[in-house]
Amino acid sequence: MTSATLERGETQARAAGGGGFLRLFDRFLLPVFTALAIGYLMIPIAIMIVFSFNEPVGKFNYTWNHFSLQGWLHPFDWPGLPQSFATSIAIAFLSTIFATILGTLIGLSLTRYSFRGRGAINTFLFLPMATPEVVLGASLLTLFVATALQPLAGKVPTLYPTNFTTILIAHIMFNISYVVVTVKARLSGFDRRLEEAAADLGANPWITFWRVTFPLIFPGIMAAALLAFSLSIDDFVITNFVSGTTNTFPIWVYGVIKNALPVQVNVIGSLVFLVAVGFVVSTNLIARYRSREG
Amino acid sequence: MAATTLPARASGPSLMARISRATPYLLLLPGVAYLVVFYAVPSFQMFLYSISTGNVDSGYQANAGLANYATALQLYTRQIWNSILYGGLATILTLLIGFPVAYTVAFRGGRYKNLILFLVIAPFFTSFLIRTISWKILLGDEGPLLGTLKHTLGILPADFSLTGTPIAQLFGITYNFLPFMILPLYVALEKIDPRLLEAAGDLYANRVASFRRITVPLALPGIFAGTLLTFIPAMGDYVNAELLGNPTTQMLGNVIQRKLLVQNDFPVGAALSFILMGGILVAVFVYARLLGTEQLTG
Repeated sequence: MTSATLERGETQARAAGGGGFLRLFDRFLLPVFTALAIGYLMIPIAIMIVFSFNEPVGKFNYTWNHFSLQGWLHPFDWPGLPQSFATSIAIAFLSTIFATILGTLIGLSLTRYSFRGRGAINTFLFLPMATPEVVLGASLLTLFVATALQPLAGKVPTLYPTNFTTILIAHIMFNISYVVVTVKARLSGFDRRLEEAAADLGANPWITFWRVTFPLIFPGIMAAALLAFSLSIDDFVITNFVSGTTNTFPIWVYGVIKNALPVQVNVIGSLVFLVAVGFVVSTNLIARYRSREG
Repeated sequence: MAATTLPARASGPSLMARISRATPYLLLLPGVAYLVVFYAVPSFQMFLYSISTGNVDSGYQANAGLANYATALQLYTRQIWNSILYGGLATILTLLIGFPVAYTVAFRGGRYKNLILFLVIAPFFTSFLIRTISWKILLGDEGPLLGTLKHTLGILPADFSLTGTPIAQLFGITYNFLPFMILPLYVALEKIDPRLLEAAGDLYANRVASFRRITVPLALPGIFAGTLLTFIPAMGDYVNAELLGNPTTQMLGNVIQRKLLVQNDFPVGAALSFILMGGILVAVFVYARLLGTEQLTG
């Protein structure tokens, strides 16, 4: 058979699937498998939300009893919960601000300048993301303990026993690399000629930065800040090592589930989930609306 | 405004040049210094403790040599194996589940592409801990899944239980890290030019051959990234073992956590952390060699 005898339609049929099994696989098995996998990802979220409307029998919200709005009407009604939630929000805000500033400066440096040691810095910034959280937490705790012991004691600020400050230090640390990666991704398509044009029009570097560069990279910085905020508010593993007697919301949950599983855990979890989803959906809608307008 | 800039520019190119040469380093300085103090120094401190003897009250002396490592390897062989076993199996499972999903979204997603991707990252909007608790609710003896299968449908015997089993733990870990596998796979598959697959068809490659010879090789960077993003946290995980497993399924992370937070045994805890880190580095290195580093950077 020569290539001339092969009809174009036949090649397309081969490329598109050909046999009966492949067609079945393509049209049916792959979509169904994907739907099942997405279901697997959604189930725990659905459980969390559904069980936030449960009225648990006894102290553990593990078995469905009957529908109730009690949890949603009294979302903070459990000793320790409001304080721990407030701590989580405070840590998330502060660590986001610090990590976003530090990480954005690094991102600017790495994308806009070529200098000696850039590769090494890139590798160094990758390391915290490649280290398991349990190791990050453990190593920070060893440093904090060491500040209270000889030979460091008295020579550096004492960070042991661990508290709010040490949680904040840890959250800024693990957030920096993620901010850098996000900012770098958004900066890589930046057109430097816009800044040259501003300079040609007489703007000094300071004015150029605030009037041209910053507005253009702002969406990237916001994306990085959002990521940092959500990583901070969710973190359990690292925080568990450096929290001492201070409770963030996940730490409080971890402590309380040994004796009870209050419905409020599901309510706050659902609340955070819905706020986050609402935020992402609305920013996407706004972006779409703006791009249609402009 | 222009007037104020002129004197600055005229004040000498050498000063401006020096400032602009220093700019990248000045921008780096605060953030990198922070990571040196709170990432690099703690790692070194942990190394010091891993070769030390002593306790929190009397302080530590770096005189133990490798004794802590020997103790750690001897006493916690089982937990080390569990980390490799559960971390490895969960990684394989996420790849087996994640690849068809990423493939479907990338090539057949159509207008649902963004919606499906959004659903894939939706778990990130909930706390890792609460998601794991949800698994515990779901898999509970009288929970929504087993309760239905046992009593309503009568498929399973009444004493069937998943609570505290290796299966529950494995599916919890797989669940928690599945999005980390799907996203990089999707990014790699999405980049594949469909014309390459058409060309393969024109050259008489059947679907299986073009999948094996084109799709998989081009997806390798995604497979590599996804595997690492899953394997590293899965190896170090201890929450799933704690909430879904039982004492015999505990992993390295559980011991590290107990050593440092409960028993205050810093030397052995530090040695175990380094064993975990070292194991991961070796695994990453071997894996990169097996897949071929040239293909990964390309």
